[in-house]
Amino acid sequence: MIHVITELMPFAVLVPLIASGVVAILPGRTWPWLITLLAAVASAVIAALTLMVALDAPMNYPFGNWPPPIGIEYRVDAANAFVALLVAGMAALSLPWAKLSVDRDVPERQGPFYALFLMAVAGLMGITLTGDAFNVFVFLEISSLATYALIAHGQDRRALLASFRYLIMGTIGATFLLIGIALLYMMTGTLNMADLAERLPEVQHTRSVDAALAFIVVGMGLKLAMLPLHLWLPNAYAYAPNFVTIFLAGTATKVALYVMARFIFTIFGADYSFAVLPLGAVLMVLGVAGMFAGSWVAMFQDHLKRMLAYSSVAQVGYMVLGLSLMSVAGLTASFLHLFNHGLMKVALFMAVGTLMYRVKSAKIDDLRGLGGQMPWTLTAFALAGLSLIGVPTTAGFISKWYLILAAVEVDAWWLVGLIVITSMMAVYYIWRVIEAAWLHERPAHLPQVSEAPLALLIPTWVMVALNFYFGLDTRLTVGAASAAAETLMMGGYLP
Amino acid sequence: MSAMSVLNTLPQVSPFTVVLIPFIGALLIGLAAKSFAVQQTISYVTSLVFFVAVLGQLGPLLAGDDSHQLLWEILPGLNMALSIEPLGMIFALLASTLWIVATPYAIGYMVQGGYGHLARFFACYAIALGSAAGIAFSDNLLTMFVFYEILSVSTYPLVAHTGTAKARQGARTYLGILLLTSICFWLPAMIWTYAATGTLDFVAGGILQGHLSPAMAGVVLLLFMFGTGKAALMPFHRWLPAAMVAPTPVSALLHAVAVVKAGVFVVLKLALYVFGLDFLREMPLTDVVLYVAAFTMLTASLVAMHQDNLKARLAYSTVSQLSYIVVGAMLASPLAAIGGGMHMVMHGFGKITLFFCAGAIYLASHKTLVSELDGLGRKMPFTMTAFLLGALCVIGIPPMGGLWSKWHLVLGAFDSGHGLILVAFLISTLLNIAYLLPPVLRAFLKPLPAGETASLQEAPILCVVPLTLTALGAVLLFFLAGWPQQLMSLIFT
Repeated sequence: MIHVITELMPFAVLVPLIASGVVAILPGRTWPWLITLLAAVASAVIAALTLMVALDAPMNYPFGNWPPPIGIEYRVDAANAFVALLVAGMAALSLPWAKLSVDRDVPERQGPFYALFLMAVAGLMGITLTGDAFNVFVFLEISSLATYALIAHGQDRRALLASFRYLIMGTIGATFLLIGIALLYMMTGTLNMADLAERLPEVQHTRSVDAALAFIVVGMGLKLAMLPLHLWLPNAYAYAPNFVTIFLAGTATKVALYVMARFIFTIFGADYSFAVLPLGAVLMVLGVAGMFAGSWVAMFQDHLKRMLAYSSVAQVGYMVLGLSLMSVAGLTASFLHLFNHGLMKVALFMAVGTLMYRVKSAKIDDLRGLGGQMPWTLTAFALAGLSLIGVPTTAGFISKWYLILAAVEVDAWWLVGLIVITSMMAVYYIWRVIEAAWLHERPAHLPQVSEAPLALLIPTWVMVALNFYFGLDTRLTVGAASAAAETLMMGGYLP
Repeated sequence: MSAMSVLNTLPQVSPFTVVLIPFIGALLIGLAAKSFAVQQTISYVTSLVFFVAVLGQLGPLLAGDDSHQLLWEILPGLNMALSIEPLGMIFALLASTLWIVATPYAIGYMVQGGYGHLARFFACYAIALGSAAGIAFSDNLLTMFVFYEILSVSTYPLVAHTGTAKARQGARTYLGILLLTSICFWLPAMIWTYAATGTLDFVAGGILQGHLSPAMAGVVLLLFMFGTGKAALMPFHRWLPAAMVAPTPVSALLHAVAVVKAGVFVVLKLALYVFGLDFLREMPLTDVVLYVAAFTMLTASLVAMHQDNLKARLAYSTVSQLSYIVVGAMLASPLAAIGGGMHMVMHGFGKITLFFCAGAIYLASHKTLVSELDGLGRKMPFTMTAFLLGALCVIGIPPMGGLWSKWHLVLGAFDSGHGLILVAFLISTLLNIAYLLPPVLRAFLKPLPAGETASLQEAPILCVVPLTLTALGAVLLFFLAGWPQQLMSLIFT
């Protein structure tokens, strides 16, 4: 059984990659979407199977049967299997929602659009599953280039500028990563992650290795939108087609966080990163700053998608904070939040996309009085908002609970205070939407609309339900996140 | 024994079913959005079924059965669970009893007053009662927190019901303070408790002793007490006067009973089941909370004296009376705690009567100010007599139930040697008289101003009957005060 799944595991990347070639040449509006959906579901199922096995023992798959130091291998433990499930799962769950929305946003040449999407999925899955440092860079470029093109599909002309800005900053990030990897290769002569982890201690106290870590952390910090490297994110999220925003918000930054954690904990080792270099303090300061700045700016946004985008900057702050604590509890919180934040942001962006399908605007002012006209959509938004705030019985509560326990563990009471304060800020910015929708009359000059079609509502409500499901049944998320944290703290794959 | 056997004939459902009944009622009301007659019927039926279900819990409780019900285990040590204990039983009985009389009042008031959105109103009303029951029956801090927040949020639409700018502003203050205090203070205190003890369960006698030093536990106590915004300790009392923009049935049942009593219930529950009275006595910061509460008690009374708006006066009176109960908890003596539990009931009956009367006066005459009440007594004899009885009950003068709760509170203060608190009780009672009796005196002793038409008459029967019933209930409690007293004593046996 384990053997079969080890053989199957690379297909989580290959299926979307191959399907993307097929989808690119498919005509019409139905077939590209359908094949994409099937590929994403297949990838998600494989990722789920992989996680089940990886929770017990790490597994590896050498490509072309070339043994690791020479060939490329995929190496999977609880940490990356968990992230892979998030990526493929979010792709599969957002696609049923996509049909109507993409028909509206991208009326023509849907084949290439979905092909790009599959390429982005394949890229992200590849980054996650691979055990080869250079391979991470290659897949990062695949997913990034696909993402730039996807963002540029936005109907607002500002989407082009947002895409271009992301292209510049993303390329800088990827280049930093490449420089870091090159330095590591120069010092150790290997690109395999497990191999790197073994050889690095010998050359640890050289400036080149210090520089490599710095380059990689900054490079991934850019892709992760860690403050102050987040500038690309708000516009990219705001002007991309809604479906693209949903997928990006649920996955892209999470994968970057995983790569950062993998390099810090497995390849460089926690002792080196945190003891030799003061990475913990740096990440903690940046994480807290992100939490605050993101929430603060979100409170004053008039554009719903930008508001949620800044909120993402804040949520990334929580995850970075979890990393910075350098404990199993902190890493568990990080991975939990990585997964749970994916759930809540996808649900929120779906609700916003559903609103936009009818209202054709994401300005909070234009939502006034909509509560009576689109009650299901707005209730979904409000419930997903509860998860973002971290109300008990939602997924958001579970990750904040663990983050707070991790802070308490190191007696950092001030962090508890900060987490609570930023949660209050989330209450405020979610509340603004609710107040606009339910407590204002619809102004006369705004169009009257009706409830969104079920094809959009059902996937949205499925995501909302998942937010509550994972707030009540935590076996999968907490189990996988703590397994991920433990393996990473022990140095990852190495038994 | 006969009373027991009657109790045991009642249907005995699980605690969760009891909590669920009002929520189901709310759902049905929402579904019956088209027909107000159906909504009314559902409201009546739900309140009656709810009362019977709550009463059904009393038999097993007195028999000493274990009622613990685990709903869901979120994480190990982090549960949603319910159980029935005496204090919660008193709160649930109080809320469910008064809901029965508040339902006809609310229907009469809302129809007569020409309010819209009645389905939303009655659905939220029911949800609020269901969450109050959830708070009453919580078996741990987390469950309590969840229902506490549902209660805050579900009452928001009720406060903002009229949708005017003023209502929205008031409702925003209301929700803002309640959410802010609970998330900023209560939640960290809960997490701290969990970090220290590894459990959130309520255990008679407390869980914190031995896990935290008295000084640290004092900080947790401060967080909990100020976090319980619904108990309206100064400086977090502003939400209660702000909530007075709501239609009067809301002020009556929720802001004199369900919501505010939930607040002081939480305070009592924390004192008895998380800290424990013995531990409270050891903690240096208990006295700080005690004196903050005493300060609130007096200051709110002074403010109330200067409110000309009748509902605002009653609201500040509530702030003051709530602090009696907080004082009762912080005195850390069983007698005072029993007095606090009894005062929940006595003040509940008294204050709901006063609010019912204020609403009836507004319906009949559109008068909202105390200075406008001259001569109303002759036109509205039932209403103003009920007002008098309600006022006497809140003040604590025989033959009203309020006497007994204050009696126990004073005994408790004596018992624990807090002489200053004794004096504070005394002054506060005088102040109660000074702000609650003038409206009645004006109504009965002064003549109707010239130019007032003779057409003034009592409010609709649906409003007058409930307020008469609650006033009579307050009298009855003078004779039946033994019931809540004995129920409370069960905690200490």
